[in-house]
Amino acid sequence: MRYLPLSDADRGAMLDVIGAGSIDELFRDVPEAARLKDGIPGRPDHASELSVERQLTAMARKNLVAGEAPFFLGCGAYRHHVPASVDHIIQRGEFLTSYTPYQPEIAQGTLQVLFEFQTQVARLYGCEVANASMYDGSTACWEAIGMARRITRRSKSILSSGLHPHYVSVANTMARFTGDVLDTALPELAAGTDAERLIASIDGETSAVVVQYPDILGRIADLSPIAEAAHAAGALLIAVVTEPVALGLIRSPGEMGADIVVGEGQSIGVGLQFGGPYVGLFACREKHVRQMPGRLAGETVDAQGKRGFVLTLSTREQHIRREKATSNICTNSGLCALAFSVHMSLLGEKGLRRLAEINHARAAKVAERLSAIPGVSLVNDSFFNEFTLRLPVEARPAVRALADRGILGGVSLGRLYPGADLLHAGLVVAVTETVTDEDVDAFEAGLKEVVQ
Amino acid sequence: MTVNPSGWRPSTPVDEPGEQATVTGNRGLMLEEPLLFEIGDIETTGVDFADVETAASRLGGLERSAPIGLAGLSEPEAVRHYTRLSRQNYAIDLGLFPLGSCTMKHNPRLNEKVARLPGFADIHPLQPVDTVQGALEVIHELAEWLIDLTGMYGVAMSPKAGAHGELCGLLCIRAALEARGDARSVVLVPESAHGTNPATAAFVGYRVENIPANAAGRVDLEALRKRLGPDVAAVMITNPNTCGLFEPDMIAISEAVHAAGGFVYCDGANFNAIVGKVRPGDLGIDAMHINLHKTFSTPHGGGGPGSGPVVVSEALAPYGPLPFVARMPDGTYRLVEEESAAEIHPQAFGRMVAFHGQMGMFTRALAYILSHGADGLRQVAEDAVLNANYILRSLEDVLDAPFAASGPCMHEAIFSDRGFAEGFSTIDLAKALIDEGFHPMTMYFPLVVHGAMLVEPTETESRAALDQFIAAMRAIAERAKAGDPSLKAAPIHAPRRRLDETLAARKPVLTYRDPEPARAVE
Repeated sequence: MRYLPLSDADRGAMLDVIGAGSIDELFRDVPEAARLKDGIPGRPDHASELSVERQLTAMARKNLVAGEAPFFLGCGAYRHHVPASVDHIIQRGEFLTSYTPYQPEIAQGTLQVLFEFQTQVARLYGCEVANASMYDGSTACWEAIGMARRITRRSKSILSSGLHPHYVSVANTMARFTGDVLDTALPELAAGTDAERLIASIDGETSAVVVQYPDILGRIADLSPIAEAAHAAGALLIAVVTEPVALGLIRSPGEMGADIVVGEGQSIGVGLQFGGPYVGLFACREKHVRQMPGRLAGETVDAQGKRGFVLTLSTREQHIRREKATSNICTNSGLCALAFSVHMSLLGEKGLRRLAEINHARAAKVAERLSAIPGVSLVNDSFFNEFTLRLPVEARPAVRALADRGILGGVSLGRLYPGADLLHAGLVVAVTETVTDEDVDAFEAGLKEVVQ
Repeated sequence: MTVNPSGWRPSTPVDEPGEQATVTGNRGLMLEEPLLFEIGDIETTGVDFADVETAASRLGGLERSAPIGLAGLSEPEAVRHYTRLSRQNYAIDLGLFPLGSCTMKHNPRLNEKVARLPGFADIHPLQPVDTVQGALEVIHELAEWLIDLTGMYGVAMSPKAGAHGELCGLLCIRAALEARGDARSVVLVPESAHGTNPATAAFVGYRVENIPANAAGRVDLEALRKRLGPDVAAVMITNPNTCGLFEPDMIAISEAVHAAGGFVYCDGANFNAIVGKVRPGDLGIDAMHINLHKTFSTPHGGGGPGSGPVVVSEALAPYGPLPFVARMPDGTYRLVEEESAAEIHPQAFGRMVAFHGQMGMFTRALAYILSHGADGLRQVAEDAVLNANYILRSLEDVLDAPFAASGPCMHEAIFSDRGFAEGFSTIDLAKALIDEGFHPMTMYFPLVVHGAMLVEPTETESRAALDQFIAAMRAIAERAKAGDPSLKAAPIHAPRRRLDETLAARKPVLTYRDPEPARAVE
């Protein structure tokens, strides 16, 4: 077996050193009755690299690849071009095959990257501090609700109807077991967001208001009035960003008064990967940092006074505080954080802004063309690179019919909200820099056919 | 505008006796690297774009006005920045990485290759299900393998890492107890458990109580039996445990917990020791997470991403999370989400994450499992245990090995700092290992052993690599016992000397702060 260096001669000599007559003597604590005598029944033995690659390739070929079709899906995962150098860097063995940086003298590479990543995320979100990553946007959102509860010592959170329904589901799952009370609502196929409902719902029991920006339908609304109302009642504003590229053009949630800003970082550097691994971003005010979940890299000096970095404030974390920790998170999403950081440093502020401008301009043109199709209308007044169309037919079968034509034409709200009949005409369309004019022509022609 | 108008200054070179300081602060191949924000600026980009099309803004009047402060680099500068940083990391590709309980084994590059096939890397989680049948097949195939390897009834694939898997398992347990109207309040956890165990139990709303260990480093079965009762929801056990020992009473423990109406959760972090040798399902376990980034070799990546599927017993399976993949009689795969859950899986406790879990880790783990096959996986456990016992027996005469007398260890060997000179501890030995070119072992964990050193070599180390490590350990152990003051300075050959962690925590500097603009010289 190519991954196992010991030869049978090695094994025999090592057993002699140990003083054991056989390998089974080393497993003597395993109850006899439970030992597998004949290995794993019904499973094949080891296989060559060539054979395994063939098997996996055959499975990969059964999927319709986004890059080989006109592609317009978003709703929390976006297809952007990732420069080749990003993948090269994250495949360097020193990053790929290293561990959580518990021994800082020989992990300065990872630690400095995390410090730079934290700085990039904090600045992008308009916050003072950011952590070293969470699993993904949906779990970061839940952790933010828990953090707000610890800060305010209140347990009611009001979730915007524009929050990604999977994020709402995750929060609902956790709330069942933690005693949090979540005020949720379904979105409406309308240009306006539910800011007024949120503000009206805030009371002295409210821990946090949770608002996605841009929201699940692609709408963008000023967070400032919600922040003011929340703060007046002693509550916090949690902003959720699923498309970080948007922040190259629109104001950051931190600027508008959000106390905790979380989101999905996948757009920058990570790729679609059928939903994971992704990278959760998490930022907040400095005064709340001791209630933050997750790892933090911080600056310090070594014994000779040289600048260096370490994991810090670990008294919040499970390996020190055990049942009193701020979260149970241990392994996070380090390599995806590296991919985010490399891509973001290649873009820089100038590149991020241009990327955002291209996304927005293309989305605006596509929205105009598609909403000119008879019977199809644009729901949004405002959007960045994603908008919602109201179709004259149910959107879910329309998406299915488009796929039969080889077109991946957006996400139907019927897929995301299966029980909500009022939303079933909604189709969420994302347009990034990867969409070509030919893709748009094909989508427009296909959509015309399927809404007839 | 530059982000850092004052520019970067190299660290002050330090004179070693007989050594000429360098102007740059570099020492040959040991290269210093400034922060991104000290070398980049907001006008530089390493990405070329087509000309921007123009269209009327639809941003709702929320255009950004102030700069963000994101430094950019050209591509050559970026590649150099990160390559230079990478060289300040230790990694499994460089040498033995005996971090106990972390299973730092070789990461096969075939796995990286298959995960990057466009059919896996470039598909969207919300594509119509019939356009992603191959992805669902991977998830289903891996799930079936995990069930066969553990002898369990079902598996939840979506948890994102080990601790997230623990959460999934405890949520299943709490949901099952609630379904039978049985509110229980306590989870029992051994003192030697990973910190994630008590943190998870507390997160789910349970009170955590410790289970005592006996002198042989195992769960004290009689003490456990006495504590069990109608308030105990679950016992969380790590097996093999964090002292590197198999719990020989595991079946009796499970029977006792079940007889008291509770469930047995097993932390599967150490599954590498027993894969192909014994199935947790045959030990009476109700739920166990499997760290794909440990036993099944998906890369640790400097702290993730991981993946933590949870295998469950028949009693817990009805409560597992959404979504999951089901194979239909016609050979197609179906994704069971909220919509179809009511008919197929009505008691599901809900969703743990957006989308479907760590697909990129599933492809890697499946490639790893297919490469090893049934015979190779069994050999993995045997060689991992052989390597650990070889280290145990090769060091027990120079280091205190608290459980060595009670018999063989499993995949990791544990030592204590007993016998070190006054004022010397595990950290001094660990830092000296860095100078010898090794990553240190897990230090001061588990807490039940004084100055614990938990050494997990894994099966992918050759005998020559083990012998070199043993020779280094023996030499350093002698220095620690003799009180060699030079140990206190270690490491001296790493990119940094010991770092001041107290300073970092007392005055946290968590992001880069732009310096004040330099005043113009009069």
